[in-house]
Amino acid sequence: MTALTLATKQNDAARPPRPLPWRRMVLVTWLQHRGVLSGVATLFGALAIYLGIMGLIIHHAWTADMGCHPASSLTCQDLAQSFQTRWHGGATIAFPLQLLPALIGAFAGAPILAREMETGTFRYAWTQGFGRTRWVIAKLALVGGPLVVIAGAFGILAYWYFGPLVAQGPLIPLDPRTFDLECLALPGWVLAAFAVGAFAGMLIRRVVPAMATTMAVVGGLGLAVGLYLRQHYLPPLIIPGANGPVPSAWTLGSWYTGRGGQVVSGYIVNAACPGPGPGNSTPGAPPQCMPQHGYIQWWSYQPASRYWSFQGIEAGGLLLLAILLVVATIWLVHRRAA
Amino acid sequence: MNIIETAGLGKNYGRTWALRDCTFAMPEGYLAALVGPNGAGKTTLLHLLVGLTAAAAGTATVLGGLPAGSRAALDGIAFVAQDAPVYTNLTAANMIRIARNLNRSFDPPYARARLDELDIPLDRKAAKLSGGQRAQLALTLALARRPRLLILDEPLAALDPLARHDFMGTVLAAVGEDGVSVLMSSHVLAELQRVADFLVLLTKGQVHVADTVEDLVSTHRVLTSPAGSADRVSRKLDVVQDQRGEAQAHLLVKAHGPQHPVPPGWEAHPAGMEELVLAYLRNAGKTGPAAAPSKPTASTGAAR
Repeated sequence: MTALTLATKQNDAARPPRPLPWRRMVLVTWLQHRGVLSGVATLFGALAIYLGIMGLIIHHAWTADMGCHPASSLTCQDLAQSFQTRWHGGATIAFPLQLLPALIGAFAGAPILAREMETGTFRYAWTQGFGRTRWVIAKLALVGGPLVVIAGAFGILAYWYFGPLVAQGPLIPLDPRTFDLECLALPGWVLAAFAVGAFAGMLIRRVVPAMATTMAVVGGLGLAVGLYLRQHYLPPLIIPGANGPVPSAWTLGSWYTGRGGQVVSGYIVNAACPGPGPGNSTPGAPPQCMPQHGYIQWWSYQPASRYWSFQGIEAGGLLLLAILLVVATIWLVHRRAA
Repeated sequence: MNIIETAGLGKNYGRTWALRDCTFAMPEGYLAALVGPNGAGKTTLLHLLVGLTAAAAGTATVLGGLPAGSRAALDGIAFVAQDAPVYTNLTAANMIRIARNLNRSFDPPYARARLDELDIPLDRKAAKLSGGQRAQLALTLALARRPRLLILDEPLAALDPLARHDFMGTVLAAVGEDGVSVLMSSHVLAELQRVADFLVLLTKGQVHVADTVEDLVSTHRVLTSPAGSADRVSRKLDVVQDQRGEAQAHLLVKAHGPQHPVPPGWEAHPAGMEELVLAYLRNAGKTGPAAAPSKPTASTGAAR
């Protein structure tokens, strides 16, 4: 028994020491990154106050609008009209908000490793007892985690703020201007931008070029997703008809087919059945003109009911991208020769 | 016990070998000087020993057999990199808090007391400290880890003579009080001669000497005689450096065995460390990178 205990003890001595507890990195990360963390919190806080106040006003007006009976009365029509003229501008805030992920990637993500590499302090940090691989994992988690939480809360606020504007007017649920600012998509974008920044910083090892690269990559990715990628998340629905899908749907495109089902150019259709238009003073061809010629107009669109599926797909894709980049960053730190 | 031991250690950057076939051992308890010309591979060797760089060939162990860069090795080695990097946007007090959390053993009272002694204010950001103060801060953070091995990369390069003196004073005090082993690279031979008792000499990526200063001095002699007989004598001896004047020849020779036979008609003087280092550096410079020294001296430390 004694011999056994002794042997175990000797084994313990020979085995490498247990790693230092993760919680030790909390203070380290806070002391080093409290500036950027409180900066991001302040920025989101200020924007949240603005959205909160404006949102309350807009919601108030919207509630009054909704509560008006009968809806067809002149008073109610007036109320709806005034809501639209008054608050359509509320969607404009979406444009500056679109910059948030790129800014967070550049200012919170890029310097986190680039500064250590640029100033040489990584040679200090990586030779401490904590170990460099666990050090970088802890740092990315402790800075990235709060950013995602803040962005998640802000995304819910933005969803609430834009709600009346979606219900009443200028926006649709899948609107490219606001979709990525809401709910799951915003924390997804912030996390991906942070990961792009960290990876670029470790790859480029200079703060300012890493920040510029991060802005360009995140901005480019945002445009690519908004303009090209998002509409293909699920196969679009296709309907025939002159009127197209309901207004809340995200209409992607429209085309014509002829008698044999072949696609017909819009010019040809327009020549046969001219529609009313700004350059056209005639009232346009009668509705039966198109069927008479065998022309059918088709529409492809994403219905508003897919909002949550699209939120999930976008956030999931961005989460996957962020995981890949974070793993690549950790791998770079792990194997980087000084 | 050997605090550092390498066998066939090598590291290449592309086709260039920064360090090649490096084999030496350093016993515990010495303050070792790592000397060599610029580009000899000193920093590469130090980075391999602290795990910042992975070896391309061979092995390096520290603290009596631990793989360099392993978690256990990191616990017992403190490293101050070139230019003594510290977080310039943090105060000394916060650097101490960071170091305490990043290490298993760290002695904050010791660190604070030392900084107090050095008149380095705890609440001042490192960016506002002088170069000497920053080096002292980095050294203090390293020593407060109570390491068994302290590795310093060119710690004196950016310091003025007074700061150098103070810095080495701190290192020597740690060696005296805690028995820390030290390996430091430096070009300041005069300072090294004063403090070092072990010498590792590196040129063109290869270790040429790794031995105690005591042994090196006792096994090397400067022989002086009229120039005429120099060729006959130098053939029989292990000559490190051969300097011929018009009238006299100075041979720096290495003796093998306890006796130092002095050829008739020659005078013998002990060689100083600085003289030895310069002689070996010149010698290695002449023989080129591929040629090993005439007699392998690299492993003599291990035999101790």
